[in-house]
Amino acid sequence: MMKKKRSVAMLLAGGQGSRLGVLTKQRAKPAVTYGGKYRIIDFPLSNCSHSGIDTVGVLTQYEPLELNAYIGTGAPWDLDTMSGGAFVLPPYVTGDTGQWYTGTANAIYQNISFVDRYDPDYLVVLSGDHIYKMDYSLMIHEHEEKGADATIAVLKVPMEEASRFGIMVTDDDLNITEFQEKPQKPQSDLASMGIYVFTWKTIREYLVRDAKDPKSSHDFGKNIIPEMLARGEKLVAYPFMGYWKDVGTIKSLWEANMELLADEPELDLNDPSWRIYSRNPNEPCCFVDRYAKISNSMICEGCYIYGTVENSVISAGVRIEPGAVVKDSIIMQNCCISRDSQVTMTIMDEETTVGEGCRIGGPDEITVIGSEVKIHDGFRIKAGEQLAAGTEWEVEVAGGEEK
Amino acid sequence: MIRDAFGLIYAGEQNFNLRELVYVRTVGALPVGGRYRVIDFVLSNMVNSGLSNVGVIAQRSYHSLMDHLGSGKQWDLSRRNEGLYILPPFSNYDSPGDFTGTLDALKGAMSYIRHCKQPYVILTGSYTIYNMTYDAMLKAHKDSGADITMLYSEEDPELDKGARYNDVRIEIDDQGRVVDLEVDSPLSESRLTGMDCFILRKDLLEYLVEDALSRGRHMFVADLLMSNLGNLKVMGFRHKGYVGRMHNVASYYRVNMDFLNLDVQKALFYGRNPIYTKIKDEVPAKYSSSSSVRNSLVANGCIIEGEVENSVLFRGVYVGRGARIRNSIIMQNAEVYNNSDLEYAILDKNVNIRQGRRLVGDREFPVIIRKGAIV
Repeated sequence: MMKKKRSVAMLLAGGQGSRLGVLTKQRAKPAVTYGGKYRIIDFPLSNCSHSGIDTVGVLTQYEPLELNAYIGTGAPWDLDTMSGGAFVLPPYVTGDTGQWYTGTANAIYQNISFVDRYDPDYLVVLSGDHIYKMDYSLMIHEHEEKGADATIAVLKVPMEEASRFGIMVTDDDLNITEFQEKPQKPQSDLASMGIYVFTWKTIREYLVRDAKDPKSSHDFGKNIIPEMLARGEKLVAYPFMGYWKDVGTIKSLWEANMELLADEPELDLNDPSWRIYSRNPNEPCCFVDRYAKISNSMICEGCYIYGTVENSVISAGVRIEPGAVVKDSIIMQNCCISRDSQVTMTIMDEETTVGEGCRIGGPDEITVIGSEVKIHDGFRIKAGEQLAAGTEWEVEVAGGEEK
Repeated sequence: MIRDAFGLIYAGEQNFNLRELVYVRTVGALPVGGRYRVIDFVLSNMVNSGLSNVGVIAQRSYHSLMDHLGSGKQWDLSRRNEGLYILPPFSNYDSPGDFTGTLDALKGAMSYIRHCKQPYVILTGSYTIYNMTYDAMLKAHKDSGADITMLYSEEDPELDKGARYNDVRIEIDDQGRVVDLEVDSPLSESRLTGMDCFILRKDLLEYLVEDALSRGRHMFVADLLMSNLGNLKVMGFRHKGYVGRMHNVASYYRVNMDFLNLDVQKALFYGRNPIYTKIKDEVPAKYSSSSSVRNSLVANGCIIEGEVENSVLFRGVYVGRGARIRNSIIMQNAEVYNNSDLEYAILDKNVNIRQGRRLVGDREFPVIIRKGAIV
C-alpha cells in the first residue's frame, strides 16, 4: 500500500471527440492543440498540480499513442513526485477477462485497485475535454464541510441552451434534488461541468454495484448520479464562476482560440499564480521579418513570419512565407504556408504544407485541414471542406480542379 | 558520440567590459538571443556530443547561474549516474577558496576531476557562442598524438581591438601545431583566435595544474599553456561556423543582432544539434492590432501593442501602445509603457520604462539600464 492520500484524481481521456472530425482521426480529443502551445489536457493536469493533487490517473482508450507520449512521466505538470505521479491507465486484461472501458463509471470501476493503492478520502473525477482554470482543493474543502457524498461542479448557462447539458435541479442550499440529462424542459440552468468529487468509500460501493447491473450503461450522468439520488445520498452542486469551454466541435474549438485574441480575454493564460503547464518544444525565438505584418494574433516561438498574419493563433515552428496571408485561422505545429497563398478561417493540423499561390478556405465557413497534408502549388480549397490527414492535393494539368 | 570524455566549464569569468550587465551575474549567465544564456551553447554542445558528465565551475555571483542550470534537467543532465555538477568555490586547508586565476579554480575542482571516470576532459570557458559537437576535435586530438588540442576560429584582428576579453591569438605551423600564442595583445595581427576550449587527458590536466601552481602560476592560458608550448605538443583545431564572443558591450550588442541574421540562425539553431535552455511556461506572444513588428526576434510571453524594429525581445516583455523600440535588446519581463521611445538600448531584466520616456544610445555604446531599474 502506498502512503494514504487525501485525494486522487481520475481524468477521463478516452473519448474520441468525433465531432472534431479530421482533428481527432488519429488522436484522442484531450491531445488536440489549443491556444498555440497547449493541449486540452494541459488544463485539467495543471489544475490538479496547482490544487495539490499529485496523483492523477489518466484513462485512455481511443488513439492513445500521442496522448501517452505527451503525458510521459507527468514532469511538465510537476507530477513526477515520489509518492504520486501521472499514470496512463489503458484498459487491461485480468485473468481470462478484460474489456474496453464501456462507460465513464466502468472506466473507474476497472481501476478500483489503482485508487485503492492510495486509499484516498476523496476521488476527483475529471474530463479531459474542457478548458478552464479551477482550484479543485476548494471544491474538495466544500465537499468535506458539507459532509456530501458527491459534489458536482455546475455552471450557470442561458436557459435556452440548458437542454444541451446535464442539468442539476437544486434546493436553496444547493442540494441536488434531481438530475436531468439533456432535458426537453429544463427546470434549472445549472449545467454539470463533468467535474465530480466523491467520497471514495461511498462511490466505490456504487461502482461495484453498478458493474453488476447488466442493464446499466455504466455512465456517471446516466446511472451513478441518478442511483445515488434515488438512494438518498447527499449530492451537492458546486457553482463555478469563470471561463469554461467545451471544445467538442470544430466551431467551438475555433471560437475558443479566437476568444484568446480579445483585448482582455476571459481566460487569462498570463496569470503567474495559475500557469498552464505544457510540454514545451525547444525552439528559438519567433523571427518576424522586415516585411511581415502581424495584427491581433498569438504566435509561438520557433516561427518564421514573412507574410501577413491577422486574427490568428500560430503554433510553434510554423513558417509563413512572403506574400502569404493568414486570416482568422489556427495553424498548428510545423506547418508551412508558402509564398502568396491565402488561408482564411481554417484550422490546419500539424506538419501540413501549403504550396505557393494556394487559396484555402473562405470567410463563411470553417475549413479543416488534417495533419501532414500536402497541398501543391496553386490549389484551391473551398470554405467548409475537411481534408483527411496525410492526403496530397495537386492541381490537374487541365486547369485548376476545385475541391 | 563521445563516451570517453567529461566536460568542465569554467564559468567564473569576470569581464568588466560588459559593465552593468555583469554586476549581478557571470558572463555565462548573460541572457542572449531572446531566450538563452551564453553558457547554454557550450553546455548544449557537450550534451549533443554525448557527454553525460559535466562540471560547471562557479566562482563569482553565481546565484543567477545556479538558478538557470538547476538540476540540469533541461539539458538532459539530471541523471542517475553522473550528470551536471555545479562546483562552487571550495576552501580547505590547501586552497583558500578565493581564486587568483583559472588554475586555482581547477585546483578547487580537483576532487571532482579525480572522481571522473572518463580519461579525457573537454575544458571550456562560458563566454563563447557556437554550435558544434566535439567528436571530430577529440578524434583529431587522438590521431595527432597531441598533448593538448585547442579550438580556434578565424576572426578579424581589427574587431573589438583594444577592448577584448581573454583574447588568445595563435600561430600554427603547417602541421596544425600551435607555435606561438599571445594573450590580450593589442598588437597581434593574427586572425586565428582561441575559443577557450581545450581537450587533453585528465591525468595530464591534474599534473599540469599541480605543476603550474607549485611554480606560482595562476592562469591556464597565459601561464600554463604559454610556458609549455615548447615541451608539450599543442595542436589547433579549427571551427568554421559562426562564433560569437562576449568581449564588451558593443560585441554583446552585435552578437544579439547577429541572431537576426538568417545564416547565423541556421548555423546556431537549425542544424542537427539543438541548443537547450531553461524552460518557462510562458504563453505564446500576443501581437495586438495596434502593434507593428519588423525584423525582430520575439520570445513567448511578450505582449506587443507598440512598434518594434530590429530588436530582440526576451520572454515576457511588454511593449505599450505608441511605444517605439528600435535596434534594442529588451530582457525578460521588462516593461516599456505607452509612447516611450528607445533606440540602441539594452534593458536588463525587470526594467520598467514609464510612459513617454526617451532613451537613445549608439551602436558602439548602447544605453544599458540595469536590472530592475525604473525609468
